[in-house]
Amino acid sequence: MATTVEAPPPPTRAKPRPSPRRTENWRRRGAITLFTAPFFVLFAGVIVAPLGYALYLSLFSEKSSGLGFGGKETVFVGLSNYLDTLADRAFTDGFLVVAGYCLIYIPLMIGGALALALLLDSGLARLSKFFQLALFMPHVVPGVIAGLIWLYLYTPGISPIIDLLGDVDFLGASNVLGSVVNIALWEWIGYNMIIYFAALQAIPREVIEAATIDGAGALRTAISVKLPLIRAAVITTVLFTIIGSLQLFTEPMVLDNPSDGVVSTWTPNMYAYTEAFAKNDYGQAAASSLILAGLAAALSFFVTRWGNRTR
Amino acid sequence: MNRLMSRGAVNALLILAAAYTLLPLSWLLFSSTKSLPDLYATSGFAFGDLNLGANLAKVAGEGDGIFFRWYLNSVLYAGVGGAISALVSVMCGYAFDKYAWLGKEKLFGLVLLGVLVPTTATALPLYLLASKAGLVNTFWAVFIPVLVHPFGVYLARVLSSGYVPGEVLEAARSDGAGEVRTFFSIALPMLKPAFVTIFLFQFTAIWNNFFLPLVMLSDQKLFPLSLGLFSWNSQAYAFPEYQTLTITGALLSIVPLLVVFGFLQRFWKAGMTAGSVK
Repeated sequence: MATTVEAPPPPTRAKPRPSPRRTENWRRRGAITLFTAPFFVLFAGVIVAPLGYALYLSLFSEKSSGLGFGGKETVFVGLSNYLDTLADRAFTDGFLVVAGYCLIYIPLMIGGALALALLLDSGLARLSKFFQLALFMPHVVPGVIAGLIWLYLYTPGISPIIDLLGDVDFLGASNVLGSVVNIALWEWIGYNMIIYFAALQAIPREVIEAATIDGAGALRTAISVKLPLIRAAVITTVLFTIIGSLQLFTEPMVLDNPSDGVVSTWTPNMYAYTEAFAKNDYGQAAASSLILAGLAAALSFFVTRWGNRTR
Repeated sequence: MNRLMSRGAVNALLILAAAYTLLPLSWLLFSSTKSLPDLYATSGFAFGDLNLGANLAKVAGEGDGIFFRWYLNSVLYAGVGGAISALVSVMCGYAFDKYAWLGKEKLFGLVLLGVLVPTTATALPLYLLASKAGLVNTFWAVFIPVLVHPFGVYLARVLSSGYVPGEVLEAARSDGAGEVRTFFSIALPMLKPAFVTIFLFQFTAIWNNFFLPLVMLSDQKLFPLSLGLFSWNSQAYAFPEYQTLTITGALLSIVPLLVVFGFLQRFWKAGMTAGSVK
């Protein structure tokens, strides 16, 4: 932001009128400031300031004063909120849940979306427009509502799936992770599929024709010609899928009450929410959100680097 | 023959995938027409006694029509907020694309970093800041934070370089139009598809937003639809009749979205393409 508001040059030997060139420069500077300021003011207020404030909060803790009089006072505790958070089993268990979730979700999501995009792009699919829209539809449904729909589809007595498959306990402790994965898959598979499909459509047709002339079948062309050409799109989606998975919150919140498997600190985000609003421990809540944000940044960095290196 | 078989297999797989995505939505449609006993007694993919009218009346009557209040809130948060946010993003992205200044790319790097910040990491400190400013549990507590959309600035920059040729701007300038006038009367009309694309992105993000309203709002009258339906569903454990309310309300809240997205396919596809194929 600072760069848009440059210090005015010192008015050496004031001329009666600024040269036209200089007025034009000033006009441009004014325009740049006007165009970028609304965004950056909001950016500073809504992203930078809260992050800074979280950092500040995470270094303090509220302690009752020695004799119990005078209520609580805020004391500087250094990194101890971070250490407490990292030592808390509830928090680390949350990461295990998310790690397990990623292990199931990411291969299914990326593999499934890629397969569907390749099928649509194979030249054999009919009604391509219809399928694109049909697969994308769930993404338009808000996360809470997607969670609610599936919650009912997991509820014995209402669910046609349970009517069909027999007595499956979708909300039980051992199955609930898969049930959450399924909700997310339903919401996002069409979205990623569209991204891949668009990237596939952008491949020059001559490349595909050359492969066909060289005798490659449709499957072979898909795997060794098309896939490597859309790797940028794949890496981007993997990146956003990881960031999204780390923030897992809405779907398990919807399942929290009816499921024995979901506890109030089931994912790191639910942990931070519980620390803040059930225990009013803002220092620890801030520390846990920042650990999460730091992890998201680190993972993004590695995914992007790995993506660039293996290019 | 071989080709015929692969064609059959390809289309069969696609039909299967479409069934996976569409059947839960059709279940919602069927279920919203049923009374509570029928919800349990009849198959999920068949009609029971048609009870849609009564369900709609119940949704409308619950809590003095609070559902419509939620609807209006969601439209304001997502519609007005999305439009302002899209304009802010388009202006900023346009400036990044068409002007040069010292430290521009570094600043743009900061914007890209902003894309990676999990929104849930800022929600809690935002709540605390808002409570100091006395904004917690107000309309603005949810409305203002969602105006920022770093990804929108990125998209706007990419789209601006595609939609607005530099020569047109030069021509406008040599005709004596100022920078601001040039943007609003020449560049912005050319950027209309970019605006719609970013608006759609932002609209869905706000409409889907759950964490921020959950943290910020306790007054039911300020709830967006997602939070309202969540609160109805929370009551369904004690009072099963809330199940039909939640189901019918969920259907009412997604139908307009499905229609809008059906009509505006061109725009959201454009945005997703620009965002991923660099």
